[in-house]
Amino acid sequence: MDFSLTKKQEMLKKLSEQFAVNELEPVAAEVDESHTFPEENFKKMAELGFTGIGVSRQYGGSEGGTLEKVIAVSEFAKVCMSSAAILSIHLIAPQAISRYGTEEQKKKYLPRLTRGGELGAFALTEPDAGSDAGSARTTAIFDRETNEYVLNGTKCFISGGSRAGVVIVFALTDPSKGTRGMSAIIVEKGTPGFTVGKVENKMGLGGSETAELIFEDCRVPAANFLGKEGQGFKIAMQALDGARIGVGAQAMGVAEAAVDLSVKYANERVQFGKPIAALQGIQWYIADMATKTEAAKALVYHAAYLADSGQPFTKMAAMCKLNASENARFVTNLALQIHGGYGYMKEYPLERMYRDAKITEIYEGTSEIHKVVIAREVMR
Amino acid sequence: MGFDSAKIEEFRNIWVFCEQRDGKLMETDFELISEGRKLADERGAELIGVLLGDQVEGLAGEIGGYGADKVIVCDHPMLKVYTTDAYAKVLCDAAMEYKPEIILIGASNIGRDLGPRCAARLHTGLTADCTHLDIDMNEYVNFLTTSSTLDMDKTKFKMDDVNLKMTRPAFGGHLMATIICPRFRPCMSTVRPGVLKKAEYSREKAEKVQVEMYPVHLNAKDIHTQVIEVIKEAKQMVDLIGADIVVSVGRGISKDVEKGKELATQLAGALGGGVVGGSRAVIDAGWLTADHQVGQTGKTVHPKIYVALGISGAIQHKAGMQDSDLIIAVNKDEKAPIFDCADYGLVGDLFKIVPMMVEEITEMKDKK
Amino acid sequence: MRIYVCVKQVPDTSGKVAVNPDGTLNRASMETITNPDDLMAMEQALLIKDKNDCQVTVVTMGPPQAEGMLRELLAMGADDAVLISSREFGGSDTFATSQIIAGAIQHLGLEKEDIIFCGRQAIDGDTAQVGPQIAEKLDIPQITYAADIEKEGDCVTVKRMLEDGYMKIKTSTPCLITCIKEQESGSRYMTLNGINDCYEKPLQILDYEALKDEPLIETDTIGLKGSPTNIFKSFTPPLKGAGVMLTGTDREMAASLAKALDEKHML
Repeated sequence: MDFSLTKKQEMLKKLSEQFAVNELEPVAAEVDESHTFPEENFKKMAELGFTGIGVSRQYGGSEGGTLEKVIAVSEFAKVCMSSAAILSIHLIAPQAISRYGTEEQKKKYLPRLTRGGELGAFALTEPDAGSDAGSARTTAIFDRETNEYVLNGTKCFISGGSRAGVVIVFALTDPSKGTRGMSAIIVEKGTPGFTVGKVENKMGLGGSETAELIFEDCRVPAANFLGKEGQGFKIAMQALDGARIGVGAQAMGVAEAAVDLSVKYANERVQFGKPIAALQGIQWYIADMATKTEAAKALVYHAAYLADSGQPFTKMAAMCKLNASENARFVTNLALQIHGGYGYMKEYPLERMYRDAKITEIYEGTSEIHKVVIAREVMR
Repeated sequence: MGFDSAKIEEFRNIWVFCEQRDGKLMETDFELISEGRKLADERGAELIGVLLGDQVEGLAGEIGGYGADKVIVCDHPMLKVYTTDAYAKVLCDAAMEYKPEIILIGASNIGRDLGPRCAARLHTGLTADCTHLDIDMNEYVNFLTTSSTLDMDKTKFKMDDVNLKMTRPAFGGHLMATIICPRFRPCMSTVRPGVLKKAEYSREKAEKVQVEMYPVHLNAKDIHTQVIEVIKEAKQMVDLIGADIVVSVGRGISKDVEKGKELATQLAGALGGGVVGGSRAVIDAGWLTADHQVGQTGKTVHPKIYVALGISGAIQHKAGMQDSDLIIAVNKDEKAPIFDCADYGLVGDLFKIVPMMVEEITEMKDKK
Repeated sequence: MRIYVCVKQVPDTSGKVAVNPDGTLNRASMETITNPDDLMAMEQALLIKDKNDCQVTVVTMGPPQAEGMLRELLAMGADDAVLISSREFGGSDTFATSQIIAGAIQHLGLEKEDIIFCGRQAIDGDTAQVGPQIAEKLDIPQITYAADIEKEGDCVTVKRMLEDGYMKIKTSTPCLITCIKEQESGSRYMTLNGINDCYEKPLQILDYEALKDEPLIETDTIGLKGSPTNIFKSFTPPLKGAGVMLTGTDREMAASLAKALDEKHML
C-alpha cells in the first residue's frame, strides 16, 4: 500500500508547518492561558484556504478531502492543539452543508464559512445527551403559517458555539420518533431566540471556546432545513465519522511533537555527566513513544484513505480516533516525565500538550463509545 | 585606446576605490589602503586611491596618510551623490584608460552595488566580501597554516603564483574559499568592512601623496536614476564594527525582552561603554533593528570584549564574532555551542547573573 | 507588464551543515530552501501584482530538482515559471550566471514597463553580484538594497537602504531591483488553491539549445569556461579552543569573571 503523499499534499504539509510555526506557535501558550480564541489566526487560516478544505472552489472552498484535513490539522496540533481543534471542528459545518445542502444553502453559507472567515459549529450534545445522542430533547416544530421551524432546547459543550456565525443544530422535528425524528437545521448567529449561555472553563484547549447554546422560541426559516426530515441523526453520525478522523489527526500531531521534543530534550539535558538520552530507560521510553505514534499515524492515514476513496470508514474512523487519542495521552505523559520538573512548568509546552491531549479521548465520542461503535462493526 | 581584459600583461598597479559620503571618507577606505600598501609591496607596484565625488580633492591627503602613493581624483558635480550609472561610468572609463591590475572596493551597500556592475562592464572577475587577501605565496601559505584545517605538509602549491588570492567565507561561514581571477584583469574584490587592520596614519606620507585630477566626462544622459533625497536615519547608527565592547543578546531574552536589552546596555556601560548587538533570532523577532545584527548576515565585529547573552551560538553568529579578543558567554544551556568559542562561560539565567556581573565589575573598578 | 523574479534554491545554512573531509560541502545532507532574500523579491513583485494587472514570472537557474521551488512560488501567486537548466551552464560564477540569466530574459522579452526583481544576495555564496551584473548585461538601470518599491506607469520609486540611512531613488522601467528584508515585512504564504493550481501553471525549461542563438550566450561566456573567477582552494576554518567554564553560584561566577577581567587589565 502506498502511503506517500502527492507533491501537492507535500506542499500542503510544508505550508501547514510554516503557518503553524510562524503564526500559531508564538501565541499557543497565550491563547491557552488566557482562554482567548485566536481571532487573527483564524482569519489568516481563512485567507489561505484552510477553512475551506473539502469544499468545492465554486463556493469559495479549497477542494481536497480527508487526507488534506489530516495534514493541516496534525501540523497545527504539533504546536497548538487549540488551533488544530478549531480548524478540525469548524470544517464539520461547511462539509456537512457541502454534502447535504441545497444549492441556495451552499451559495449562501459556504463562501462565508470558507474564505469569508466565519466560524462554523456543530450542535448535537445536550446536558443529558452526550454519548447517548439519541436522547436529545431540543425540538424544532414546524409552523405552517410562517413556514418556519421553532427551536426550543439547550445544547452544551459546543466548540466555537459562542462565536460561530453558522451553527448546525440537531433537533427533533418529530419528538415521537426519537432519533428517527431528528433533523439538522442551519441557525445563524443573531437569530432572535438564539443566545449563548455559559462559556466553559476547561482543563485544556483554552483557545477553543466551548459554550452552551440556548434556543427559546427561536424561529428559523424552512429554507435553512439541512437534508430531509428525520435525516438528522444520520447526518450527525456521518459528520462524526469524519470528525473522528480529525480528532485522530489532532492526537497524532500532538504525539509526534511530544516525541520530537523528548528526543531534543533528552539529547540536551545532561545529568550525571552525560545526556539523559544515553540512559536506556529514556531510550526505551522514546522507542515506545515513537513506535506507537507511527502506528497511530498509520491508522489515521488509513481511515483518511478509506474516506477519500469512497469506502465505508465508520469502523476505521473510530479505531483511528480511539487509538490515536489513547496514544496521545500515553506519549504526552511520558514526554512530560522525560522533561521532569521542566515539563511541569508552564515555560515549556509539555504540560499544555498533556492537558490538551486528554480531550482527544473524550470529545467527538469518548473512548468507551468508540469501543461500542467498533465492537458493533467488528462483531456484526 | 584598446581595452581588452584578457591581455593581462598590460595591467599594473593596485587601485583602491575610496568611498566618500558627504565629503567624508569611510573607515573602510583606510583599511583597504593599509592592506593595499602591503599587497603593492608584495607585487612591487604602486598603490593608487581612486576618489570620486564633488570637490573632494582635499581628501587625497588623508588617503596618502594611510599609504597610497597616488590619488586619482574624479571630481564632478554629478558625482556628489552616489548613483550607479555615474560612478560605474567614471570608474570604468578610468580603469580602461589606466589598466590597473587590481581594484579593491569596500563591501559597503554602495561598494557592492558598484563592484559587480563595473566587473561586468570590464569583463572581468569580482570576488565579493573578502576577508583576507594575499599575493605572495609565502604569505598565503602562512595564512593557511594558521587559519585552516588543511594538512599543509600534504598540500602542494606553485610558489610563483602572482594572482591576487581572495579569501572569503561561503555557506554561512561553514567553509572558506580562496578565489583567483587568472585570465582577466583587473582582478576585482570587494572587502568586508572591519576585517582588515588599519595602519598608523602618517602625516609625512599624507603630505607627499601625488594627486592626479582625472578629466571626468559625464552628462545627464548617462544617469538613468534620480536620487530624490538622502535620509540619515535619525536613530544613531549602531557602530558595532568600531566598538571596543559589544554586548549581544539572543533568544534567551524572550522572557522579558525590554529587561534583557536594558541589562545588556547596563553591562556594556559597566565594561566601559559599548554597543548592544543581537543575534539573527533577535532581529528576526523585531526586538532589535537590523543594524544591530552580529553574524554572517549581519556585521562582523572584533571588539576587545564580546559578551553573548542568551545566544546559543549558531555557527552563523559565531562567524560574526569569533575573532573578538575576549568572549564571554552567558547561557542557561550548558551545551550551547557558544561556550565552544567563549573564553569565559557562565551557565545560568541571564536575568539573574547579569545584574550581579554589573555589580561585581563596577565594584572591581571602584577598588582601583 | 511583466515582472521577472530571479530566484535561487540554496542549501539551508542555518541548519546542520556537514562538510566533507576534503573541505567541500556535503550538499546531500542539507535541506534546500528558497533563498530568503529572493522571497522578499517575490513579495515585492506580488505586492505590485496585487495593485496592477501584470504577469509575474519566476526565473531560476539550477538543476531539474529546482522545479519544486518554482512550483511553490507558483502556489504563492506567480503566473509562470522558467527553469534555466543545462549541463553547459554548470560551473558558472556570478559573471557567467548573470550572462545566462540576462540571455534568457532577452529570449523571453523585456518590454518598456517590465521590472526584474532579485534578492539582494544568496545565503550560499553571499555575493550580491548576479543582480547588478544582469542589469549591466541588459543595459538597464539597477537599484540594489531596495526596501519599499512604488510603481507608477513606467516609473518606480525605491527606498534604497544604506548603512546609515536610506536614499529615495526614482528610475524608469525596464529596470532591475534587488530586494532586502526590512523588519516586520515578510513574504506571503502559499495558498491552498495556489497549491491546487501550481502544477497546471506553465513552467518552461530553457536549456542551452533554446538559448544558444541569444547574443549573450557564447561558449566562452557561460559555464566554467565563461567564468573569470576560479576557486583556488577551499577549506574549513579551525575552531577556536574552548575557554574556561566558571563555576559556583551566580554570585561567585560573576565575581570570578570580574577578577579575571581585572587580571587581564580589561577593565
